[in-house]
Amino acid sequence: MNRTTKDTIIKNLTGVSVLLILFVIVSMLVVIFVGGWKNLTWEFLSRFPSEGMTRGGIFPAIVGTALMTMIMTVAAVPFGAITAVYLAEYASGKSILAGTIRFAVKTLAVVPSIIFGLFGLGFFIKFVGVNMDTLLYDGALHWGQPNLLWASFTMALLTLPIVIVSVEESIRTVPREVREASLALGATKWQTIRKIVLPGSITGILTGTILAISRGAGEVAPILFTGAAYYLADLPHSPSDQFMSLGYHIYIMSTQSTNVDETLPIQYATTLVLLLLTFSLSMVAVVLRSRIRKKAR
Amino acid sequence: MKDIKVNVKELSIYYGSNQALKNITMDIPDKKVTAFIGPSGCGKSTFLRTLNRMNDLIENARVEGEVLIDDINIYQKGIDVVNLRKKVGMIFQKSNPFAKSIYDNIAYGPKINGISSKSRLDEIVEMSLKQAAIWEEVKDRLNHSALSLSGGQQQRICIARSLAVNPDIILMDEPASALDPLSTAKIEELIHELKKYYTIIIVTHNMQQAARTSDVTAFFYLGELIEMDKTRSIFTNPSKKQTEDYISGRFG
Repeated sequence: MNRTTKDTIIKNLTGVSVLLILFVIVSMLVVIFVGGWKNLTWEFLSRFPSEGMTRGGIFPAIVGTALMTMIMTVAAVPFGAITAVYLAEYASGKSILAGTIRFAVKTLAVVPSIIFGLFGLGFFIKFVGVNMDTLLYDGALHWGQPNLLWASFTMALLTLPIVIVSVEESIRTVPREVREASLALGATKWQTIRKIVLPGSITGILTGTILAISRGAGEVAPILFTGAAYYLADLPHSPSDQFMSLGYHIYIMSTQSTNVDETLPIQYATTLVLLLLTFSLSMVAVVLRSRIRKKAR
Repeated sequence: MKDIKVNVKELSIYYGSNQALKNITMDIPDKKVTAFIGPSGCGKSTFLRTLNRMNDLIENARVEGEVLIDDINIYQKGIDVVNLRKKVGMIFQKSNPFAKSIYDNIAYGPKINGISSKSRLDEIVEMSLKQAAIWEEVKDRLNHSALSLSGGQQQRICIARSLAVNPDIILMDEPASALDPLSTAKIEELIHELKKYYTIIIVTHNMQQAARTSDVTAFFYLGELIEMDKTRSIFTNPSKKQTEDYISGRFG
């Protein structure tokens, strides 16, 4: 086989694999859009499920997902940003602690999400929750069971690496000269971080936040044991209540429903909502990230 | 000794095992311009950065000897580096304004040092910009980003910014090396004005600049201070052969 033929074969192979991937993505989107579009009505978005989830809407699942991602964000972003500031600004290159943290962050990023779910169950519910109940409520069950708070915290752990990595990356794009200028004016290190470095990396913090939200909104495994409910007739009133979530709702309808065929239109529409939600969040993150890259050059 | 501002005694600096400065002893006069010249890598910038302890930021840098400013050793225990840097301002090779408005660039220093009154800040901003000879050019657009200005203007903004915290000494690390001749001339003019009120130490590659702007010149070579004298003497009648070779362009 001569070199030109080889070249042509390789070129065609790469073309075919691109087409294959495109085909998968496009057909997935088309199927979901076609199946879900006509059911995507205001009633669907604003009502509770009814008649064994074959009718009605997904309002509580939307609210539950929103509440969970909000609490998750409030927990993960400050924590992650502070860790990133430590890694980028305070830790010296050879510090053992920083090395350990970096290793932990990398490891955390590849741990399967179901493990986070089990950890949440073991740590937040069985350890923290049960002990809180013993201390505060004389052992009456209050925090020692799956709920919104523990599910959000578990999800926060899952998304923490995303926040840490994007914030650190963006802190490092702030030039050394600008930090030195601030220090040379008699600013303390913290003043420099707060007034120069963090405002300069705000896009990175936003990107990390949005990526974390879009990841958290779509995940199911971490909340499986820690707070998501099959069906609730009421919205959660406090962080110690259980909640419904979009991803879990899809799973329930397609496997646990008494009449799977009847729920099919609703499944499509729910999937479409979840997809639109995470997709648009990711797009915002992509746009922000490309802005950072431009700035870094 | 009233006219000596900085008194350096047997100063050596090491980066790891590499000695960057060797046993420097010198007196820097008050309210004069002192120029440090020498070929690249001779330690003049390193030396400049020890005078406001900017080298503290570099890991494994080690300092021996003493640097006395107004008779206080800035390397002794208990020295507040933040206060030192307020007193010893610094202008960098590459202009480095913050990504903020012109006003906020100048007001940054006073603000972090606790001045919050708007009228007082306005006053400081105007005074500093006037002193840095850039007020007329920017007075109508103080809210514009400092990054929208030209390189020469940015450098004068940086000078104004350091004046705003009212330093005694201003260190300049090749402040005009990235500027065109016209902007360079403006900076040199400015240095001439500023020495009435401040002690200025300038590192430069440009010997004409040293000759034009400074009163005293120190020549560094391979981490050593070879010679320091009145600028006129250094350039007309250097006492060391190495100095003569350098300023006559035989190396460097």
